[in-house]
Amino acid sequence: MSSVCFYFQVHQPFRLRHYTVFDKAPHYFDEFKNASICRKVANKCYLPTNRLLLKLIRKFGGQFRVSFSVTGVLLEQFHKYCPEVISTFDALAQTGCVEFLAETYYHSLSYLYSRTEFADQILKHIEMIEQLFGQTPRVFRNTELIYNNDLARTIESMDRFDGILAEGADHILGDRSPNFVYSPPDCEKTRLLLKNYRLSDDIAFRFSNRHWKEFPLMADKFARWINHVNGNGQVVNLFMDYETFGEHQWEDTGIFDFLSHLPYEVLKHPDNNFLTPSEVIERYPPVGVVDVPHIVSWADTERDLSAWLGNAMQSNALHEVYRLEGLVKQSQDEQLMADWRRLQTSDHFYYMCTKYFADGDVHKYFNPYDSPYDSYINYMNVLNNLRKRCMASVAESTAKSTA
Amino acid sequence: MKVFMLGWEFPPFISGGLGTACYGLTKAMSAMGMDVLFVLPRPVDTSHATHVRMLTPKPTAGGRELEYAYDELQRVRFLAIESMLSPYTDPQQYQQRMEEVIRTKRTIAQPSAAEVQQRAFGTEHYSGDMFAEVHRYANAAVKLAMEEDFDVVHAHDWMTYPAGIAVAAVTGRPLVVHVHSTEFDRSGEHVNQMIYDIERRGMHAAAKVIAVSHLTRNIILSRYGVMGDKVEVIYNGVERNGDSRLMPRSGISSDEKIVLFLGRITMQKGPEYFLMAAKKVLEEMDNVKFVMAGSGDMMHRTIEMAAEMGIGHKVLFTGFLRGEDVERVYQMADLYVMPSVSEPFGIAPLEALNYDVPVLISKQSGVAEVLTHVLKVDFWDINEMANKIIAVLKYPPLQLTLREHGNFEVRRLRWQDAAEKCARVYSDIMVHV
Repeated sequence: MSSVCFYFQVHQPFRLRHYTVFDKAPHYFDEFKNASICRKVANKCYLPTNRLLLKLIRKFGGQFRVSFSVTGVLLEQFHKYCPEVISTFDALAQTGCVEFLAETYYHSLSYLYSRTEFADQILKHIEMIEQLFGQTPRVFRNTELIYNNDLARTIESMDRFDGILAEGADHILGDRSPNFVYSPPDCEKTRLLLKNYRLSDDIAFRFSNRHWKEFPLMADKFARWINHVNGNGQVVNLFMDYETFGEHQWEDTGIFDFLSHLPYEVLKHPDNNFLTPSEVIERYPPVGVVDVPHIVSWADTERDLSAWLGNAMQSNALHEVYRLEGLVKQSQDEQLMADWRRLQTSDHFYYMCTKYFADGDVHKYFNPYDSPYDSYINYMNVLNNLRKRCMASVAESTAKSTA
Repeated sequence: MKVFMLGWEFPPFISGGLGTACYGLTKAMSAMGMDVLFVLPRPVDTSHATHVRMLTPKPTAGGRELEYAYDELQRVRFLAIESMLSPYTDPQQYQQRMEEVIRTKRTIAQPSAAEVQQRAFGTEHYSGDMFAEVHRYANAAVKLAMEEDFDVVHAHDWMTYPAGIAVAAVTGRPLVVHVHSTEFDRSGEHVNQMIYDIERRGMHAAAKVIAVSHLTRNIILSRYGVMGDKVEVIYNGVERNGDSRLMPRSGISSDEKIVLFLGRITMQKGPEYFLMAAKKVLEEMDNVKFVMAGSGDMMHRTIEMAAEMGIGHKVLFTGFLRGEDVERVYQMADLYVMPSVSEPFGIAPLEALNYDVPVLISKQSGVAEVLTHVLKVDFWDINEMANKIIAVLKYPPLQLTLREHGNFEVRRLRWQDAAEKCARVYSDIMVHV
């Protein structure tokens, strides 16, 4: 049997506005830019792809199934800028063929810096998904698929999840295949689904690459590759950014045609089917334990943290933002809390990455700043203002309580 | 391959980046096995002690030939034509300097006053105005060139273009003009028509034009009407000086940060934007000193301006620095700022990076095209300039990252590559001739 498990990551950060050391106003986010990007991506990707998926699910009578992780910060932006996207996601949820996963609401790196924050943000995200789509997530994925043994234990101890998604990196699997369900060490019920990065990246990155020897990639060819897994694997985990459809790969690359033909081509083989992560875990028992003492992620070729934590600026910014935790919580000010948490979104640190900066590659494409240095300066200016506000707020409340 | 190269200045007789560029380029060419005959107008007034040995001055047809010996420039021969030409001057300044030289010669060299008079006013050596001098230089260069054998003529910036055109015409060798700056960079929109005409004539007469950046190339195309396929961009490089040993900082207490401006204090370099940004920075933090190293026609105005703004005590003027002093000032600096209004290339930021100093440059500079690990700002955006200066001074991780990556990046800008590209330009046009 080979089951195809699609999971799409859906995320946009709250981008910061240009904020100099001379700015004093407590408004940090670029409303205009966030609105226009949100609407642009909605029109190019979220709306057309949601419609297409809905059509496919109906057409195949529930045999075609997918899963999403939509971040809280993006759902907030949908509310503000293009609420129609939420109703299309809701329509997908109502089909019963779509599973929503849990992650940190703010798409943050809180797992690395604050466990209380980590747990709070997951619960906040679950609450939002329940409210909007009427389902309680049973599978967790961490920001950028950052994962290690310890994360698995932390998730197991929360006692809410059946499984975790992670990168099927070669160095954690050795000669084993990502096309099985595994379990983390020292965990009783948590299961591990590992991304088949070759097949996933064939769609997400190589699809429109004319120098790739498999170009052009057609649905029938891709289905044949899936069929090859039959007999030496049980599940093909295709994990990718949802923006692959229409935004990273533009419509004129034929990505939508590819997607619309894929279910038919895959289901042509009687042994194939589509499953969501929870269904995969239910159906297939783990075949072994995968030990991941060091952190892996799905970023870049390094598959590590270096995209967010690769230089002194990133490390400094991250430490500084989490150092404010006590002060922010002490202030008990909801606005401060919301601003502080939005500043935790991993994208802010990704923009500060100096890896390959000179070569101008994928990092640049997603970067609203001219340089990583500009992004660090901007971020630190905002953070300083936030700190001042926190201190003022705390000082005010202590003054009140003593008075 | 033998190159007849016409220059303005050469270390240690330098007042700007052009001499540094000529030095780096000829050194790399020499190392590649190319022969370079470097002709330059040697200023009469050589009051500065130098490390250059002058060998047997022998009279030649074009004036005086002086051979300088540099260990690292084995294949470069220098021919100096005694002349008052020096770069970065305008006709008025030339006139002033001319008069000054004559005055001092009169008083100092009394025994042979008559000879001095004769030399000073003789048409052979001096001319009354700068344009005549440029043409006299051209004549002398032609005479020199007739005695030499070479494959190509390479002229650096406008003062040498007439000489380049003349030498190329007489010898039938192809001419390459190398544009390190244009009249529009130096004077904004108030161009000196005569200089513009000379530049234009040189660019049109040349078989190939070398621009130091795309910024300059665009000016050459749009302002001088040169065809695009004739203009090649060759970026400058930087000499790598390995040791950046730390010297004790003197005169400025160690808890004070230092922001450095190093360059000619002229309109082109944007000194007033530096001051305006300094004022903004000082509104936010106090323990900063702004050092302005260099001289130029706006120096007095700039000093006054600092005083008028009430930041005179925070801005230090060092005058023109050379050699070790340059090194020392770089080593003291926490940030180097180049707020140029128009900068065809800008070698100084590369030197700063070489000395491990983080760099903030204006986007209106050619060097901004090649450097990524630096901070960039529009020269007129005072707010943003101050914002970035403060960030560098306040956040050590920013300084650290800029320094680490910048120092690494600057190593990729080598004169060797520039020399190789020049060689390619030469062989291109020699095929066509």
